[in-house]
Amino acid sequence: MKILVAVKRVIDYNVQIRVKEDGTGVVTDNVKMSTNPPDDNAIEEAVKIKEAGKATEVVAITIGEEKAKETVRKALAVGADRGIHVKADGILEPLAVSKILQKIVDKEKPDLVFMGKQAIDDDCNQTGQMLSALLNWPQATFASKIDVKENKLEVTREIDEGLETIEIGVPAIVTCDLRLNEPRYASLPNIMKAKKKPIEEIVAADLGVDVSPRLEQIKVEEPPKRKAGIKVANVAELVQKLKNEAKVI
Amino acid sequence: MAILLIAEHNNKELRPFTLNAATAASQIDSDVHAVIIGQNTAEAAKQLSELSVIKKVLSVEAAHYENFTAENFTPVIVKLAENYSHIVCSANTFGKNLMPRIAANLDTSQISDIIKVISPDTFLRPIYAGNAFATIKSNDTKKCVTIRPTSFDPCESTGGSGLIEKVDAAEEYSNTKFIKREEIKSDRPELGTARIVVSGGRGMQSGDNFKLITEVADKLGAAIGASRAAVDAGYISNDHQVGQTGKVVVPDLYIAIGISGAIQHLAGMKESKIIVAINKDGEAPIFSVADYGLEADLFEAIPQFMEELNKLNTIQK
Repeated sequence: MKILVAVKRVIDYNVQIRVKEDGTGVVTDNVKMSTNPPDDNAIEEAVKIKEAGKATEVVAITIGEEKAKETVRKALAVGADRGIHVKADGILEPLAVSKILQKIVDKEKPDLVFMGKQAIDDDCNQTGQMLSALLNWPQATFASKIDVKENKLEVTREIDEGLETIEIGVPAIVTCDLRLNEPRYASLPNIMKAKKKPIEEIVAADLGVDVSPRLEQIKVEEPPKRKAGIKVANVAELVQKLKNEAKVI
Repeated sequence: MAILLIAEHNNKELRPFTLNAATAASQIDSDVHAVIIGQNTAEAAKQLSELSVIKKVLSVEAAHYENFTAENFTPVIVKLAENYSHIVCSANTFGKNLMPRIAANLDTSQISDIIKVISPDTFLRPIYAGNAFATIKSNDTKKCVTIRPTSFDPCESTGGSGLIEKVDAAEEYSNTKFIKREEIKSDRPELGTARIVVSGGRGMQSGDNFKLITEVADKLGAAIGASRAAVDAGYISNDHQVGQTGKVVVPDLYIAIGISGAIQHLAGMKESKIIVAINKDGEAPIFSVADYGLEADLFEAIPQFMEELNKLNTIQK
């Protein structure tokens, strides 16, 4: 079984982002970037499935500018076998990303495609579902547990009401939740080894898909700020404030 | 063209956020139709037809719709979409799972999790965990929009008298099978709609200690929330998680206990009307959004808090 894992380079989850003064976006220059957190879970799960002898190859793919390749390199360092970097500049909407992934799936013919459930930059939560739609494959979104069985997966999904378990036939798409596993750190020897693993470069424009934006980002602005609160001295003061000032209890 | 709202329900009755999504839909255009897909949904369809802003209800019933799988729902909605300019539903796990599958079939770029309708083609949505707001204009002819339920008031549940029209079911998608759903039943208010939320974080130190949170919540008639750290540590189940990838809550009062206030947690609660933080680390980021901060050891503060609450003659419920 072959697993394709899509990873995205995003502003590191610990960075307090800043909105550009001209309203065109957020500041990305000289800002720490890393792999979108649930994409790390996706890679980890694929590697674990391979280590359990249930997959033969894990291929990591990213789409983006030159530097996005670092994200693939990191996936290789934690156990992916080879990488694909689809070069593309500018903002790609999830629909465009899923069309590019569809082309790669046609070529690579994986049995499973894994990715994070949501990217923490645009917070869209769309790409996996869209790719499933384009391929007409089953989708298991927000996965917190995956059991690989013969030609099918049993997946536990985190939903608002609790947990849901579904069974999906292979080939299929799984979008991974943060609780799926604990992503490993790359060891130094593995980081060195990863440098020798192949990364195929593909130019998005050569894939023959229309990736032009359908959405216009009119402006990006700071959200309204909360006004500063106060520290209370003790519990009695807190309860008194809640009762008599805020009038919420 | 009219707007098509996808109703969320449990076959017996509507789920509450359908009313919020209906409000958002009615702000795009006053001609809102709603589709309800499920099995034995007559009562829920009737509720839907009574919503103040709904002009017409389309009801699709079949056994394979009983568990709301996106693979089964999508073909029905894609077919109906011919007659509508916008497809709308809530940006909760139901809508997040479903809408992109519809949008891709319609070759439309979805707009996720809007918090404001600016015009029929322009919407405001949070990005980067709510640390920036983006104004997005869609140039697609058909628009797929998911709405953040807590950013829109629920519509009136009465006053509507839309006709209920039956629509044929589509074929079953055979490659996805529902096995089970484990819902945690509770008498407490739902986290997404509660007036008060009491949340615990890593500082609770154990699942057992979450009993302290439970006591406070019971006293206040509140829902129980948690940070991702507390859920990851196994203190409490995932349906309680508040944050960027969990639930977004906007209660009148949010009490964060033993929660440091990571960016990802703040994304889920910082629009709350009043925020209380109880944390022994005075530098914790949660204090930057708290209206009332109490720097204290929660294991001392919670029992005192209960004592003070017990002294009050009345507590709003």
